[in-house]
Amino acid sequence: MSLAALFFYLFAGVAVASAFMVIASRNPVHSVLFLILTFVNASGLFILIGAEYLAMLLVVVYVGAVAVLFLFVVMMLDVDFVELRQGFLQYLPVGGLVGFIFLAELVLVVGSWSFGQGVTGAVVAPAPGVSNAVQIGRVLYTDYVYFFQAAGLVLLVAMIGAIVLTLRHKENVKRQSIPVQNARTKAMAIDVVKVPSGKGL
Amino acid sequence: MTETSWLDTLIQVVIIVAQSLALLVGLLIVVAYVLLADRKIWAAVQLRRGPNVVGPFGLFQSFADLIKFVLKEPVIPDGSNKGVFLLAPFVTCLLALAAWAVVPLDAGWVVADINVGVLYIFAISSLGVYGVIMGGWASNSKYPFLSALRAAAQMVSYEVSIGFVIVTVLLCAGSLNLSAIVEAQNSQWGLLGWYWLPLFPMFVIFFISALAETNRPPFDLGEAESELVAGFMVEYGSTPYMMFMLGEYVAIMTMCALTTILFLGGWLPPVPVAPFTWVPGIVWFLLKVLFVFFMFAMVKAMVPRYRYDQLMRLGWKVFLPISLAMVVIVASVLHFSGLAASGG
Repeated sequence: MSLAALFFYLFAGVAVASAFMVIASRNPVHSVLFLILTFVNASGLFILIGAEYLAMLLVVVYVGAVAVLFLFVVMMLDVDFVELRQGFLQYLPVGGLVGFIFLAELVLVVGSWSFGQGVTGAVVAPAPGVSNAVQIGRVLYTDYVYFFQAAGLVLLVAMIGAIVLTLRHKENVKRQSIPVQNARTKAMAIDVVKVPSGKGL
Repeated sequence: MTETSWLDTLIQVVIIVAQSLALLVGLLIVVAYVLLADRKIWAAVQLRRGPNVVGPFGLFQSFADLIKFVLKEPVIPDGSNKGVFLLAPFVTCLLALAAWAVVPLDAGWVVADINVGVLYIFAISSLGVYGVIMGGWASNSKYPFLSALRAAAQMVSYEVSIGFVIVTVLLCAGSLNLSAIVEAQNSQWGLLGWYWLPLFPMFVIFFISALAETNRPPFDLGEAESELVAGFMVEYGSTPYMMFMLGEYVAIMTMCALTTILFLGGWLPPVPVAPFTWVPGIVWFLLKVLFVFFMFAMVKAMVPRYRYDQLMRLGWKVFLPISLAMVVIVASVLHFSGLAASGG
């Protein structure tokens, strides 16, 4: 057993265990933290198969950004843990049934899986001396450039939708305008008044 | 598997562990003195002496502080989530230290010379936010929670512009490997060939974003003491507090090192002629890192704290559009002038 195999079992074992803890832990914040641990271990697995670029992207995007937002939302929720546990046995049969059906379908699909003719030929070992960031870039921006742009557009639409849903222009709200503030001169801001004594303004 | 392969593996592991230990010990000693330097510079700007009692010129102050923190009793609040509460400082500290695995101190002086060095540091520093969130949430107290939300939003916001700044440097260097980025800045013009000059706006944005990313003043909204007592660290004391502090300063050193590597030519001498090229690269690297840290310390001493909405405006409405535009401009210039690095 080489060092790589040792690390594979370490990462894989921790990933599976923490994935189980995601659904098993009582506190939702703990669940999200275990989910993050799963992501990190999955990126470790990516590194072991030589896909270091994907591994880093997994950490940057999922752990560094998406999971932070998850954690934000879950932390804000006011969850009553006792109440959450009460319906557990009641939903167990239905949940178990759905899980069993899903498992059976997966077994059927994966059991009869075979790669198409073109796929096996397309899998080649990474060219020596070319990092996989360069390789992904070459494929992504040439052969798949339209799919890549389409994916970007989908995300853009989702972002605009979220902004439109939450953007409200309130009346009577004072807003700061930095250019206006910077453009103020001494003449606009200060009014020098000579006050005669005993009279006031 | 034969006996020799086991031996090879063992030797490999021992070498990596020894390198990491040497790096960590060196790094922690540097951090101890950088902490002192921070306080001294801050004091000097305010016409004070700063720490000057422990040892000559207060040189042993950081070690005295270390002993003080370790010997104190750690207090864990009753209502806190104990596991996460104690995990948070470890996360902050370990992640900050882990980033140094890929930092090249000199040509070939790096524990892990990986192809995606920049992305690794970027990923690790984006994980740094978890220490803050976990600490703030597990304290089960209002000020730490508010502070954690604030600091997390701030760090996520400034990561975006840091990412784009890094992209412009990558476009020029044509590699994600930190050593290759330094080598790409090696030219006969010396310090004029480093990326701070052609990418000057990016250099400024990166410096300011690095301040915000590490929660340094003037962007230390996470621990704004006039609003939030001491931020997410309110409930922490003794060793856990020290680990937060240590993680913070190591993260600052990481950002200084990253600035040095991306913009100030890493271990390269400023003038590539005889007397300067004799000096070992690590000396230049350290000098540059300390110079960047001096700038960090001066900013802390001189600039008043930002208001939170202005901080967010700066990140999203100023830095993001500028850095996004610069990515397009740099890519276009490189493409149409034929200077684009072929990549490798």
